[in-house]
Amino acid sequence: MTIAAPDSRAIPAILDDVPEIRRSILRRAWIFCRRQPLGTFGMVIVVIIAIAGLSADWIAPYSPTANDFAAMTEAPSWAHWLGTDQFGRDQLSRIIYGARTALIVGFSCAIIASVAGLVLGVGSAYFGGRLDLYLQGVLDVVMAFPLIIMALAVVAIFGTGVHNVIVAITIPLIPRCARVVRSSALSIREVPYIDAARACGFGHARIILRHMVPNVMAPFLILLTAFVGQAILAEASLSYLGLGVQEPVPAWGLMLQGGAEEYASTAPWIAVFPGLAIALTVFGFSLFGDALRDALDPKLRDR
Amino acid sequence: MTRPIAAMLAVLAIALPATAEDTPKSGGTLTYMIPADAPPSLDGHRETTFATVHSAAPFYSVLIRVDPNNPASTTDFVCDLCTAMPKPTDDGKTYTFKIRSGVKFHDGSPLTAADVAASWNAIIHPPEGVTSARESYFVMVDKVEAPDPSTVIFRLKFATNAFMPALADPFAWIYKKEILDKDPHWYEKNILGSGPFKFAGLEIGQSMKGVRNPDYYIEGLPYLDGFTGIYAEKQAVRVEAIRADRAAMEFRGMPPASRDQLVKELGDKIPVQESDWNCVNLVTPNHKKKPFDDVRVRRALTLAIDNWRGAPALAKIANVHTVGGIVFPGSPLAATKEELQAIAGFWPDIDKSRAEAKRLLKEAGAEGLKFELMNRNVDQPYKYVATWLIDEWSKIGLHVTQRVLPTGPFFEGLRNDNFDVTIDFNCQAVVNPLLDVGKFLPHSVYTENYGNYDDQKEIDLYQQMLHETDFTKQRALMREFEKYVLDNEAHMFMTPWWYRIIPYRSYVKGWKISPSHYLNQDLATVWLDK
Repeated sequence: MTIAAPDSRAIPAILDDVPEIRRSILRRAWIFCRRQPLGTFGMVIVVIIAIAGLSADWIAPYSPTANDFAAMTEAPSWAHWLGTDQFGRDQLSRIIYGARTALIVGFSCAIIASVAGLVLGVGSAYFGGRLDLYLQGVLDVVMAFPLIIMALAVVAIFGTGVHNVIVAITIPLIPRCARVVRSSALSIREVPYIDAARACGFGHARIILRHMVPNVMAPFLILLTAFVGQAILAEASLSYLGLGVQEPVPAWGLMLQGGAEEYASTAPWIAVFPGLAIALTVFGFSLFGDALRDALDPKLRDR
Repeated sequence: MTRPIAAMLAVLAIALPATAEDTPKSGGTLTYMIPADAPPSLDGHRETTFATVHSAAPFYSVLIRVDPNNPASTTDFVCDLCTAMPKPTDDGKTYTFKIRSGVKFHDGSPLTAADVAASWNAIIHPPEGVTSARESYFVMVDKVEAPDPSTVIFRLKFATNAFMPALADPFAWIYKKEILDKDPHWYEKNILGSGPFKFAGLEIGQSMKGVRNPDYYIEGLPYLDGFTGIYAEKQAVRVEAIRADRAAMEFRGMPPASRDQLVKELGDKIPVQESDWNCVNLVTPNHKKKPFDDVRVRRALTLAIDNWRGAPALAKIANVHTVGGIVFPGSPLAATKEELQAIAGFWPDIDKSRAEAKRLLKEAGAEGLKFELMNRNVDQPYKYVATWLIDEWSKIGLHVTQRVLPTGPFFEGLRNDNFDVTIDFNCQAVVNPLLDVGKFLPHSVYTENYGNYDDQKEIDLYQQMLHETDFTKQRALMREFEKYVLDNEAHMFMTPWWYRIIPYRSYVKGWKISPSHYLNQDLATVWLDK
């Protein structure tokens, strides 16, 4: 009996020339793109934003912080494709540099929160007992507050600025990850190979790192991508409220806060373009995260 | 009259829509916005914020005040509770006021000279545990006496022309002696005055309401049946309220963009009054922190700022307008443009100024200095000014970040010396340069100075100026003081002075703008033409 890979016919011939491992990765990527066109679209947005953020120093046409009093609130033109703000700063340059702020905050929060959640979730599930009970109690308390309310409270205590915003957004994300990871880890704890590992005398660290963590990677990765979008949105919200990063740091939420109220009718581009940047980025991460979930979930994989 | 004052009055004359044929009408309720969430307390003696004045001034009388028909004047004072403006005796050291008869507090009890003297004593010599925000304005006052029910006498330690403007302070409300004697903190949470309106209700965070006082001592006033002040911190909310005619105006001041938006949409239904504003943001380096203890670094910070180009540009987007020194521009004691241009931070050649700044930084070993600018979470004009300053400093290679704090933590930061450099402010009521420049004195003399420096030479210069009664000599001393503070020592430095813009519904009549958002707020002469 031969089982043909359902999508192998569609893989371009060019892949025949690349080594086997790379071929495998590219094949999977191609399959992902074929099966998840929306997710691919999201991934493209994420990649574009990432490239913009990483290469801002080279691609931004102007300094994002230099005031230009001769060009205050200029409408979009050839000189300033997305117009200028009330200080005459180029909007396109600020949005490009703002991508860097968004990605720094987004990825920092997502990675720290996910890793912390992974450690707490797996540890809590594996050891169980009182540790699990107390830990879940604490996480319940933290989760009782909506993300933005919790972040506002943390910023009120620690103050504003990029680092404090990262702390403020990370703290409420940790229990969300820990809770999901714990539920996966609980079921894994009961499977025979974990008992077998214990019977073989393996230590806790080995069992957790070698046998449990790899098996909760799917929900972990999905949460990671979802958290990036959530963190970017939370950062923009905090900055919009004047509690996030501060001028003159280019950040999308801050750009909205500075211009949206006073110039909504006379210079709408000040609010529209950073708003679009936020919406597109969050949309991109959301689509990509959904697609990743579908791709990694064995139940959905063959549908 | 100096040219700037003439120019300011000309602006007012153009802006004011009132004409001789306008006959005041009685009735109606004025609804206005108060750009705050709530006043910190209701006690004018204790507070310095407009939130308290805009909430409670209509309930109180004062001894003297700036003429409500000419509130831009720096010398035109009229009686409120007194019967005539006194001539000083005893070589300018004694002022005797006769108090109106028949004035009643809102509880029906009579107001006498004893109440006036008790209120002024609480302001000038507050009892232990009571805060008086204006105590330091009255260093010249020895004692206040009420020898009979209709006479109040102020006896001064030395004659000074700073006394009368200080006496016209709009926060100096007259309280009931009996209450002050029983509980000096009573007025922080309660209201009982003798002003044109009686207290009708306060909903914390929402509104303050007042109704007409039928026993008001000035016949025919007030015109309004009542007023409602609505608290709204967000500017967008206030603009929307005026646009939708839910409120007629606000009294603090709006940025140019909001004015333009309202005028564009509502045309002649929105007249606008504008005035130079006796308010300015200052930059204060913390002298306790290195390298700001080094005068070369402080001078470099001020030399980097191009006030002459910055002011007209910022005026398009923020509530700032005029380049000036430590004295309110337009005042006879203010520096001329030529005098200013001799001071660091006002040099006409900005390239030369920044080259000198870089040289000083290099000499002080502070090239590429990184520091944090503390600021208050108020858009207009604090955050606009800070964004501009940070860009100016970047032009001499400084790397400045900003820490923005809500009002409470901001003042806590100032008082705990928890900052490198901060944006501060100097907002005064009646233009009274001799006292207004007290802000620049060390903390040991002026408690609201946060630079953390001591400077006996500066204090001596100030005392000399305060005691001087000859205008020419006083002006020369003011220039010496200004140069010393802003340039020689660069203890603090200036940003453009503020500009007050009040768009309001055209049916509001009888209110005139002044250089202070604290002045002319008792609403007695305001009426509605509808």
